[in-house]
Amino acid sequence: MTVLEYIDLFSQWSVPLMILTIILWAAYKRVPMYESFVTGAKEGFDVAVMIIPYLVAILFAIKIFEASGAFEDIKLAAGWAMERVGLGDYRESLDLIPLALTKPLTGGGARGVMVEIFDKHGPDSFLGKTASIMMGSTETTFYILSVYYGSIQIKKIRHTLHACLIADAAGIAAAVVVGYLLYG
Amino acid sequence: MLNKIWFGLLLIGIVYGFARGAYNTKWPPAQAAVVVDQASDEANENALPPPSDRNLEQMGKGLNAAALSAAAVTIEICIKLIGIMALWLGLLAVARDAGLVDALARMLSPLMRWLFPDVPDGHPAQGAILMNISANMLNLDNAATPLGLKAMKELQTLNPNKETATDSMAMFMAINTSSVTLIPFTIFGYRAAFHSENPAEPMFGIILVTTFSTLVAVVVTRLLARSPRFAIANKNQPTDATGEKRQ
Repeated sequence: MTVLEYIDLFSQWSVPLMILTIILWAAYKRVPMYESFVTGAKEGFDVAVMIIPYLVAILFAIKIFEASGAFEDIKLAAGWAMERVGLGDYRESLDLIPLALTKPLTGGGARGVMVEIFDKHGPDSFLGKTASIMMGSTETTFYILSVYYGSIQIKKIRHTLHACLIADAAGIAAAVVVGYLLYG
Repeated sequence: MLNKIWFGLLLIGIVYGFARGAYNTKWPPAQAAVVVDQASDEANENALPPPSDRNLEQMGKGLNAAALSAAAVTIEICIKLIGIMALWLGLLAVARDAGLVDALARMLSPLMRWLFPDVPDGHPAQGAILMNISANMLNLDNAATPLGLKAMKELQTLNPNKETATDSMAMFMAINTSSVTLIPFTIFGYRAAFHSENPAEPMFGIILVTTFSTLVAVVVTRLLARSPRFAIANKNQPTDATGEKRQ
């Protein structure tokens, strides 16, 4: 078995093993686990329904933005600018720009961009590996912030968005640097 | 801030879409021939060309569809989420009643106290935060969202101003979105699907980068929390009294 297969096996078993640990421990502590489970599960419905307006609001804005074609044109403009300053040879790396721009907005969209990069350059190319790192190290920030804060009706989020975006930018820059150092 | 971004996304989307569509109508895209070729393949799946090749009419249609799809997608997500939320919050309740969550929280309490100074030891928020971070590390997206929402709910019980985020909430969101990831299964899956020779190869890079971005997130959140610009409006006065700060 290769390391990957072990990791995969572990991934398939991580949830069942966790459940087993929980119920064995609960049995040992003589917790009425069925009642506990039901009490906890009841909360789920309220939260899921409460986030609907926030989810609609953020998805609506993101989808409209996506549908306008602005993403593609930003990439074209960046390619043109890079050629003008004599970096035309690195033009291919620009395929990473839409990924960096899409990921904070939409997970599904970013997955599409990553798959496109795999398709065009191969998953084992420098760009393919760097795209994988970028995809693995950033989150759908806007979506998470609006839904998480929405679920508890927070209106003023103070420094949260600034902090998250700075961390995202650091992650994207680090992904390129690490990708270049490890696989460049 | 979210107000401005929301406005910005919609304004740019519609105005830019109109301009792009008008431009494409006046000067049709050069690769129109290619589009026709593709169209025969994808005609049934997708009637519209990609956004940057749409003419004015198609652009309007596309924006229309985008707006409506947000509503449809939301309901899909929420219906699924109801069941998943119930499942994971149920399991969390069993683990909590059995004292497992407390044990985990006690083990990591020095770190938790440093990251979230206003969450007292043994508070349910600690357990939920820890479980959310663990789920994120193992890339169990399914479990991470319910546990994260639960953590926010618990943090809200400690919040004196119910409409303003606390430092702990901001810290939790920053850690959550910079997502320490140990084993990104989904990405390995996509790589394997494209016949990668070694799907797990970027794992080390991802661990390195996520650790770095999480450290940046923690430091930046700490520093920004102290900035007067993001100070919590005077707690003793109702927020209405400081009218000009309210926007």
